[in-house]
Amino acid sequence: MTAAQPEALNFECETGNYHTFCPISCVAWLYQKIEDSFFLVIGTKTCGYFLQNAMGVMIFAEPRYAMAELEEGDISAQLNDYEELKRLCLQIKRDRNPSVIVWIGTCTTEIIKMDLEGLAPKLEGEIGIPIVVARANGLDYAFTQGEDTVLAAMAARCPDKASVVEAEKNERNAIQKLLNFGKKKEEVAEEESEYVNHPPLVLFGSLPDPVVTQLTLELKKQGIKVSGWLPAKRFTELPVIEEGYYVAGVNPFLSRTATTLMRRRKCKLIGAPFPIGPDGTRAWIEKICSVFGITPQGLEEREAQIWEGLEEYVKLIRGKSVFFMGDNLLEVSLARFLVRCGMTVHEIGIPYMDKRYQAAELALLEKTCKDMGVPIPKIVEKPDNYNQVQRIYELKSDLVITGMAHANPLEARGINTKWSVEFTFAQIHGFTNARDILELVTRPLRRNNSLKDLGWDKLVKEEAKV
Amino acid sequence: MKLAYWMYAGPAHIGTLRVASSFKNVHAIMHAPLGDDYFNVMRSMLERERDFTPVTASVVDRNVLARGSQEKVVDNITRKDKEETPDLIVLTPTCTSSILQEDLQNFVERAQLEAKGDVMLADVNHYRVNELQAADRTLHQIVQFYIEKARKKGELPEGKTAKPSVNIIGISTLGFHNQHDCTELKRLMADLGIEVNAAIPEGASVHELKNLPRAWFNLCPYRELGLMAARYLEAEFGMPYVNITPMGVVETARCVRKIQQIVNAQGADVDYEDFINEQTLYVSQAAWFSRSIDCQNLTGKKAVVFGDNTHAAAMTKILAREMGIHVVWAGTYCKYDADWFREQVSEYCDEVIITDDHGQIGDAIARVEPSAIFGTQMERHVGKRLNIPCGVIAAPIHIQNFPIGYKPFMGYEGTNQIADLVYNSFTLGMEDHLLEIFGGHDTKEVITKGISAESDLNWTKDGLAELNKIPGFVRGKVKRNTEKFARERGIKDITVEVLYAAKEAVGA
Repeated sequence: MTAAQPEALNFECETGNYHTFCPISCVAWLYQKIEDSFFLVIGTKTCGYFLQNAMGVMIFAEPRYAMAELEEGDISAQLNDYEELKRLCLQIKRDRNPSVIVWIGTCTTEIIKMDLEGLAPKLEGEIGIPIVVARANGLDYAFTQGEDTVLAAMAARCPDKASVVEAEKNERNAIQKLLNFGKKKEEVAEEESEYVNHPPLVLFGSLPDPVVTQLTLELKKQGIKVSGWLPAKRFTELPVIEEGYYVAGVNPFLSRTATTLMRRRKCKLIGAPFPIGPDGTRAWIEKICSVFGITPQGLEEREAQIWEGLEEYVKLIRGKSVFFMGDNLLEVSLARFLVRCGMTVHEIGIPYMDKRYQAAELALLEKTCKDMGVPIPKIVEKPDNYNQVQRIYELKSDLVITGMAHANPLEARGINTKWSVEFTFAQIHGFTNARDILELVTRPLRRNNSLKDLGWDKLVKEEAKV
Repeated sequence: MKLAYWMYAGPAHIGTLRVASSFKNVHAIMHAPLGDDYFNVMRSMLERERDFTPVTASVVDRNVLARGSQEKVVDNITRKDKEETPDLIVLTPTCTSSILQEDLQNFVERAQLEAKGDVMLADVNHYRVNELQAADRTLHQIVQFYIEKARKKGELPEGKTAKPSVNIIGISTLGFHNQHDCTELKRLMADLGIEVNAAIPEGASVHELKNLPRAWFNLCPYRELGLMAARYLEAEFGMPYVNITPMGVVETARCVRKIQQIVNAQGADVDYEDFINEQTLYVSQAAWFSRSIDCQNLTGKKAVVFGDNTHAAAMTKILAREMGIHVVWAGTYCKYDADWFREQVSEYCDEVIITDDHGQIGDAIARVEPSAIFGTQMERHVGKRLNIPCGVIAAPIHIQNFPIGYKPFMGYEGTNQIADLVYNSFTLGMEDHLLEIFGGHDTKEVITKGISAESDLNWTKDGLAELNKIPGFVRGKVKRNTEKFARERGIKDITVEVLYAAKEAVGA
């Protein structure tokens, strides 16, 4: 590889013939995150079959999700949508008594133009359970964007201060007092004073609880208080969002949620790179600090220390190349982190690129490539998997990050692959979890290192036709 | 509308794709929104397929919704024709395209003008048929297409093969143990002196289809897939077919006798009785197993059976007739073919259940408390919850039901495999009960404390709370590593910060 001069970011758009998960898959992690919710996917057998197979063993754990499976009578409007949904939602209320029912609109409800947004408030009034509507369908969105549509709909349900009764606030404080019972008064006061005085900050994006704790503590070290998370553990605990609050995203696929928070809730968005990898985490914290006029403490040392701990993994991938086929919108952040680890990125495939929401992340990618002296990868929106496979053959990438549809066939042709969906379900945010990202990225390389002397790296009889 | 989160048979297009991608060099193009190509993931993962699954989507997005597919489908077909030069491209409708009601047949005709390979539209209605029915229909459609094409060109071969021969119809990708069954059936045919003229669809080329009429008869081992094609060939060419599933000792013998009758009617002179006798008594171990003391212990034990028609019916007969097990109820999710099932099993079980509602099946299992269940992956999980062992005998299945080792369910080796499956399911259950009665292998109280239990360190409330969030199976390891980390650094109180610092430092 010649030491090509880094150029500016280069965006392309292909045919959109690529493999990804249907966005309704977001119910798989959101029903676990929001503990008092129930997700009702209004669609066909096709949707159900996908969820059943994609979620694997989770399906057997009495999940708080179900299909409202549309039958021929529903499609041809022989049955009344409102009555049908009412019947099912009452059944859900009776069996599970959730605090919220989330309706997931699908391709079919789009095509037959079922007015879910119109039906929901009416039914909500009748059955007494909030109904949130998210149109997470394969016509418009890919995979993780499903979460974006749900959180954007949830953002509208976050209480503003006006609706929070003062008594309740006092009650909360009373509970707080109870919790602090036994602690010395000064201690409580001291706890409060650990924070710098800054406007309220709400973070958005669904993360496993341990990661929420880690990121919250990370900001606490800088004296920044996180007033709330969208989503919280329970629907009834959605954070207060008032005009003028600051918000920051933790994932790159949350552009609709960001837009909703800015336009509908009049919040100020802190546009930062995402806290993926130690470099991303540091940049994320620094950006939040800078908005609040805080000088970050000890971040540089902390980042250096994390990198030190990662060296055993980094040395496995340094100088190697990676190709992202693109299916979950985490690609830019992961590519940026891997460039910092010393890899060359051949291509960043991505389903959808919001250049405004990801602006800071893109800038950091560009800067990282310059710092590391590697060419800036081209970003291919709506990629074409067939063309990509041809490019992979040509480029002979050391690692391809791809969906399961292509992983085994590529492995059989001697190309290392990592299944991209694992990045969505693994804990990858913050300083603490950088190791987990590299654990994933290096796994195929480590495996193949131990097998390399066996001479079985190409296991298909006829080479694929070109 | 129906409230559901589990289904036994998939949507129609899955059946079409299973048949299309079973053939060699046939490509399927789905008219579907983004994300509906999940079939590729299943095939790649479950079958551990080395090749790219020959299925792509002609994506239906907002633009298609607004203006129709227009040139998109035709372009995608002709493009794939150039890229992969398949013999046949099957345009596959999905639930989405069903309601869009675009004239897909017209796209096919237009694409055919340009494409070198053949192009066809799968004729399946998404809202009327399921995966199995669609697979059966698609196989019929493809067979008919190539027979008619050959007839038009005058390429249909005349006459039969010199020696008795058979077409094995219905072996497909993602079918339950289909690959192993196919090998076993070929072996059985070889033992009977019958040539295999063709095995379709798995691994076959569409060019072979015109030779189907050369076989003396067709064998349809599965009730769900292949019968339509066999009936078509019977109507067109007067080809007889055998649709007795050779699963279990008795049924395998019945199948072989039927084959004998069919080939003798066409002028052969074979007598398979000695072969059946030899296999039954000495080659297969299943007949001997049913006489052995082991099997005696199973007498009258209660079992329930649920699955597709083929496997549930065969299993019910094996359990009741060949092992003396009491089948309390047997059920199928093939509602569209319920009469056949009832007729097959009613004399071998107390009750027949026809449903595709997994909740009803779960309740029926809980109600009768059998000693063992034979069902799908769903029943296996019901068994886990109720502490009842389960042998998996039918799809829907997981990756562990695509074993690498040779595990046919059919033929004489199949009888051995089934005997093992049944026996292992029951003994596991027995052992479990004995352990429970005698208080387990080990007493539950731990008398000596291990290194991890004694600790000079203090876990703060938040630290402990965070530790408890860590999944149980790794919690012990995380706790030990964190304490080691704290001890090395002289930290007395383990807070949540210490916990994560340890993770960062040592990957606890």
